[in-house]
Amino acid sequence: MLGLEKADARLLIFVAILTMLAPFLLNPFPVNSALAQFNAGYPDLMQRFVIFGIFAIGFNILFGLTGYLSFGHAAFLGAGSYAAIWMMKLLTMNIIPAIALSIVVAGLFSLAVGYISLRRSGIYFSILTLAFAQMSYALAYSVLTPITGGETGLQPKTSDPRVLDSALAPGEVARANLFGFDMSSTEIMRVAGWEFTFNVGYYVAAIMMLLAFYVSIRIFRSPFGLMLQAVKSNQNRLGYTGVSTRPYTLAAFVISGMYAGLAGGLMVAMDTQAGAERMFWTASGEVVLMTILGGAGTLLGPVLGAGLIKYMENIVSKINKFILEGWFSWMPDSLGDFFVTVIYPFVGKGWHLTLGLLFMLVVIFLPGGLMEGTRRIGSAFSSRRKADQAGPDAANAQPAE
Amino acid sequence: MEAIILQVLNGLDKGSAYALIALGLTLIFGTLGVVNFAHGALFMIGAFCAVTLSRLLTLSYSVVDETRTDFLGNPLKVDVPYIQDLVGEATAGVIIDWSVPIAILVTIPIMMLIGVLMERGLIRHFYKRPHADQILVTFGLAIVLQEIIKYFYGANPIPTPAPAAFAGSFDFGAMIGFDPNVIIYPYWRLVYFLFACLILGGVFAFLQFTTFGMVVRAGMADRETVGVLGINIDRRFTIMFGLAAAVAGLAGVMYAPINSPNYHMGMDFLVLSFVVVVVGGMGSLVGAVLAGFMLGILESFASMRDVLYYLPGINQVILYLVAIIVLLTRPRGLMGRAGVMED
Repeated sequence: MLGLEKADARLLIFVAILTMLAPFLLNPFPVNSALAQFNAGYPDLMQRFVIFGIFAIGFNILFGLTGYLSFGHAAFLGAGSYAAIWMMKLLTMNIIPAIALSIVVAGLFSLAVGYISLRRSGIYFSILTLAFAQMSYALAYSVLTPITGGETGLQPKTSDPRVLDSALAPGEVARANLFGFDMSSTEIMRVAGWEFTFNVGYYVAAIMMLLAFYVSIRIFRSPFGLMLQAVKSNQNRLGYTGVSTRPYTLAAFVISGMYAGLAGGLMVAMDTQAGAERMFWTASGEVVLMTILGGAGTLLGPVLGAGLIKYMENIVSKINKFILEGWFSWMPDSLGDFFVTVIYPFVGKGWHLTLGLLFMLVVIFLPGGLMEGTRRIGSAFSSRRKADQAGPDAANAQPAE
Repeated sequence: MEAIILQVLNGLDKGSAYALIALGLTLIFGTLGVVNFAHGALFMIGAFCAVTLSRLLTLSYSVVDETRTDFLGNPLKVDVPYIQDLVGEATAGVIIDWSVPIAILVTIPIMMLIGVLMERGLIRHFYKRPHADQILVTFGLAIVLQEIIKYFYGANPIPTPAPAAFAGSFDFGAMIGFDPNVIIYPYWRLVYFLFACLILGGVFAFLQFTTFGMVVRAGMADRETVGVLGINIDRRFTIMFGLAAAVAGLAGVMYAPINSPNYHMGMDFLVLSFVVVVVGGMGSLVGAVLAGFMLGILESFASMRDVLYYLPGINQVILYLVAIIVLLTRPRGLMGRAGVMED
């Protein structure tokens, strides 16, 4: 199907079903139940799942395939955001030109950065990309204020020209749309105690993510993708066989930069503003984390990692002392207090601590991420089954000999 | 001329901090071959050692002083530090005032211990793993350390004053024959610079003139051969990691009065220290130190008003620009050795 092998097509369909049914899957608990705080089916969060999914898929094309660890990918996301918001301010609130320009701008920007950074590899490459990203961040905050809005960032204003759209009536708010479909418009479906939210913006972003996912599968399975994997396993040997790896790595870098630009453009499409903080190096660190957590070099891993981290960020940081006490109220007081005191530093404001610990644990014990984890569990089961089957046969075979 | 001297002086204190952190980073690169993204966190922990000590020293109970009254006419409550009961009022005052320099004594063993624990407990398992994994795990560790500090000390910067004797500034220009009031320089920054020179000198002397240092240098050049000669090079490298941690911690302790410590100061410095290491040349100790001072001074020149007039924002990006130019023209850095981190 669509030029994919059977397993890949199944994976794509699986992801498509997951994303299309997300409003149901992410809201498994009735609204008034105690577990409702674990629901993640509201538009803002679902949009973030798929947008960061795109970002991580793109990062994975660079890091997962070639092994080049970029610490500055947030710069491309930021550049894409700025491009998109400018398109909205100048041309139209329709998201198509905004997203198209954000991909182009991020692509050109990553071409420039990649052309320079890819002259070096390993740790030097990481530091170069980090330096470029920090430089863009610093510039966006200070000198480039006329273009980036500095600390306040950019939002659509009534004074914007918006050549294609008619001028706003006083008091009217400019809304990002796709040929009239408002990105923020939401249908709520109520079934018994449950509530499911369907948001136009989410579905637009989700379809974009499916496209991005499809392209990434094609890249992984193409000769180009194989070449990138060869770069990861042994770049020197490729050099000895007379292959220049630079064009391949540069192409991968630009592609992943364009993915970041798409993510940035979508962010603006969902929430019409852009700021420099999106380019900060912690944002670059976050996408690295998503990719690693899910499993670098796997197709599905980055999407899972992005979803998991964004989910945890939302849910864990919402938990406060009161909720914790509620959980442990069934225990004897002293024991309950003990658990609350122990867990409290890790939730709420302490979410970053949990994130850091999770990151370390994954890198230490599970360098392949969640995907490798499930594979290990799976193979442990299947090998045990094989051993069981082989056991009696072997026992029978011996006496006959 | 005055302006130039002033900018050089201004660059020295930041340059000293860069040099000290970069020295530690390079020591770890050179000996263990590990890229330590948690080194900035060590710098930060050092600064918080100073904060902790000054808090411990001022830990006090309150007594009611019947002889004096507050503005409502009630007897005045006076906070008496516990330490005052131990050593008397005058000595206690001096000790509290000098808490930052005293913190140096406490910091060295603490940081050595943290460094050794880090190497034995975590980094040791990553020698055989790819550099990307080393970067990632130390990056995670940095987040964790940072968040632990944030949990205990809050997110706001904590002012930690220098001893009263070094508070304020002096007229450096007048001392060397310029007009008075042209080159004013705070005492503590001078102290910081001298302190940094002392530490740098100490580390280089240790490596150059002791048997231990000689073995370590030999190990940096060829680890395998030194091991074959029957020397336990791993143990020495662990100690060097502790030493590097202590250097970063000391840089942090003394930096506390210059810039009130907050939980993310380590990361701010780390990114720039990496730039310093890269410019200086991965694996070259002298290069790291020289590049540290050089970039510190360069940064202060770039923040001059006249320069900013022609090149707005240059002070924000100058270090990164220099790093990019150096990496592209002299890929090994200014004084880098061949074959370090080039795979």
